[in-house]
Amino acid sequence: MYAQMVETGVKQVKDRADMDAQEAAFMQQIDAEDKIEPQSWMPDAYRKTLVRQISQHAHSEIIGMQPEGNWLTRAPTLKRKLQLAAKIQDECGHGLYLYSAAETLGTSRAQMLDDLHTGKAKYSSIFNYPTLSWADIGAVGWLVDGAAIVNQVMLQRTSYGPYARAMVRICKEESFHQRQGYELLLTMMQQGTQAQKDMVQDSINRLWWPSLMMFGPTDDESPNSAQSMAWKIKRKGNDEIRQQFIDQTIPQLEVLGCTVPDPDLKWNEETGHYDYGTIDWAEFFAVIKGNGPCNKQRLARKVQAHENGAWVREAAIAYADKQANIKSQQSNTNKVA
Amino acid sequence: MSDCYATQGHDSLNQYILHLADNPLVLGQRLCELCTHAPILEEETALMNTSLDLFGQARNWLDYAVARNPQLGDCDALAMGRDERHFLNLLLCEQGNGNFADTMARQYLFDVWHRLTLQALCLSQDSQIAAIAAKSIKEVDYHEQRSRNWVIRLGDGTQQSHDYMQSAINELWSYSDELFVQGDDELQLVAQGIAANQSSIEVQWRATVSQTMAEATLTLPTDCFQKFGGKQGEHSEPFGLMLAEMQSLYRAHPGAVW
Amino acid sequence: MNKTDWPLYEVFIRSRHGLSHKHVGSVHAADETMAMENARELYTRRNEGTSIWVVDSNAICASAPEQKDAMFTSPVEKIYRHPSFYQLPASVDKM
Repeated sequence: MYAQMVETGVKQVKDRADMDAQEAAFMQQIDAEDKIEPQSWMPDAYRKTLVRQISQHAHSEIIGMQPEGNWLTRAPTLKRKLQLAAKIQDECGHGLYLYSAAETLGTSRAQMLDDLHTGKAKYSSIFNYPTLSWADIGAVGWLVDGAAIVNQVMLQRTSYGPYARAMVRICKEESFHQRQGYELLLTMMQQGTQAQKDMVQDSINRLWWPSLMMFGPTDDESPNSAQSMAWKIKRKGNDEIRQQFIDQTIPQLEVLGCTVPDPDLKWNEETGHYDYGTIDWAEFFAVIKGNGPCNKQRLARKVQAHENGAWVREAAIAYADKQANIKSQQSNTNKVA
Repeated sequence: MSDCYATQGHDSLNQYILHLADNPLVLGQRLCELCTHAPILEEETALMNTSLDLFGQARNWLDYAVARNPQLGDCDALAMGRDERHFLNLLLCEQGNGNFADTMARQYLFDVWHRLTLQALCLSQDSQIAAIAAKSIKEVDYHEQRSRNWVIRLGDGTQQSHDYMQSAINELWSYSDELFVQGDDELQLVAQGIAANQSSIEVQWRATVSQTMAEATLTLPTDCFQKFGGKQGEHSEPFGLMLAEMQSLYRAHPGAVW
Repeated sequence: MNKTDWPLYEVFIRSRHGLSHKHVGSVHAADETMAMENARELYTRRNEGTSIWVVDSNAICASAPEQKDAMFTSPVEKIYRHPSFYQLPASVDKM
């Protein structure tokens, strides 16, 4: 999931009896599955939660370009280079769709980026792990995008209209990402040398647990999930979509002929789901706090690009102003004539 | 892995096709080095689009070179398996990204040449060359429109952006004469109506670029030392490093399927 | 606004000939020319468009939600505007 542990600012889910007429009407609209639109009245906490979640989601798309971009210059064939470039470009596009949705809530992209650059806003923990081999490009597509898609399919029904519509567009585009990642790994497993096969297994070993962490900790540890569910920003619990992801991924793993680094993973006939081992939440919280393998370098790269680009953005504005002046002078002259 | 593409299978037409392939290939590679370094996110998608277009074009040319001489293997063997001395791109295309003004100046100077050359090649007697050129030209038209807008915007933006753009043009001007140099083999292809005639392209290129420079409040360098050699496989030192990076994975696993 | 922040433009795309332009989102750009280019790069990566409109976001005038009743309730009552209001014999009901 690209948005983890989004703060709602509430201590507990607000009781309906405590709501004034306006908020009660808002909740009715939510219950009736009427989308909330930019101009609609909404509780302040709902607005803030959305900005936090959507911007975190957007930041994840943008920072997520870095681990993939790490292999773009080294892609082994032109076909793979084209695929990867198109995919990275899509991630950037998805970040932009999401910033665009968040801006309808009255927060500018400049503000959101500033929050990212100063460390106030977060992005998904997964992008603080390095891509150490070409197989990681396949594993990121298959596992990371796969986990994201489970989440994003759910978010197509989120209660805020612009966010839901951005998700529909993103889901439509993203379906190719997971397939290309998987196909890349499958090619290496089925037609590759031993070195290539080892590369794939090593990649899954490193990325499996961080992928499961993407869904965030079990829901009942904070009121945030419950509040997000009540507002229908979020439609399913973290463990529920994590389980859904595992159940759909393991059969794909078997087709690859690989394993996951979890001795406790086994099919449970009774529940109809896979059982899995305990996730190392200490690692997750360390990464969230800034102590993952790549946190500092990811943020530094993003800040550097932004700062290096300041003169370009400024020049474009200066040029646009000059042109606008010339235009208005011309139209004044025309009036006089 | 030894580079076996130096001598075999390259008649003068194939050399010319490789030249047409290597320009977009090398420039596309330079552009993809910029991934996540763009000055604004909108520009990130735009640079990547250009890079994608160029790689697609390079692949079409390389596929044609292979179709004419199947012993060359495939387009990846040519892109990833050749040594730097056997790349035939213009020096302009391999110049480093520098700052955004350097990147856009390089892009614009190339785009104009690329568009004019492809326009001429649409009329080539070689029907496959004409077809690939016709397919590429719509993309290149758009590249030129974008890079031209940036040259003007930065040239006539702030004092700082003007200075950056002027110094970018001054630096890159050293590679401008090479665009129009044609050896005997290529001139023979021109005579046969296969290759583009660069002497008529040069006139149009200079007129187009001058007009843009004027609009951008930039001045064209005069009496600028000119460098040549790209079309003969004599490149800059950084070019070898760029190729080393691009080819590293392919060469580390000889014969592997990806 | 900071002097390096670009204004926002709303983007409308005509996806196929014969359809009207539809709002798809927004882009930032320093001017209209750039807004058009940025919209093209972002919203038509998969052949989604045959025509693009970009409009300065500040130029959009939107109806206020609190006026929803005043603005949109009345037509609901005007059922005589709809063909189904008029009962006709079955033999001519395809009209």
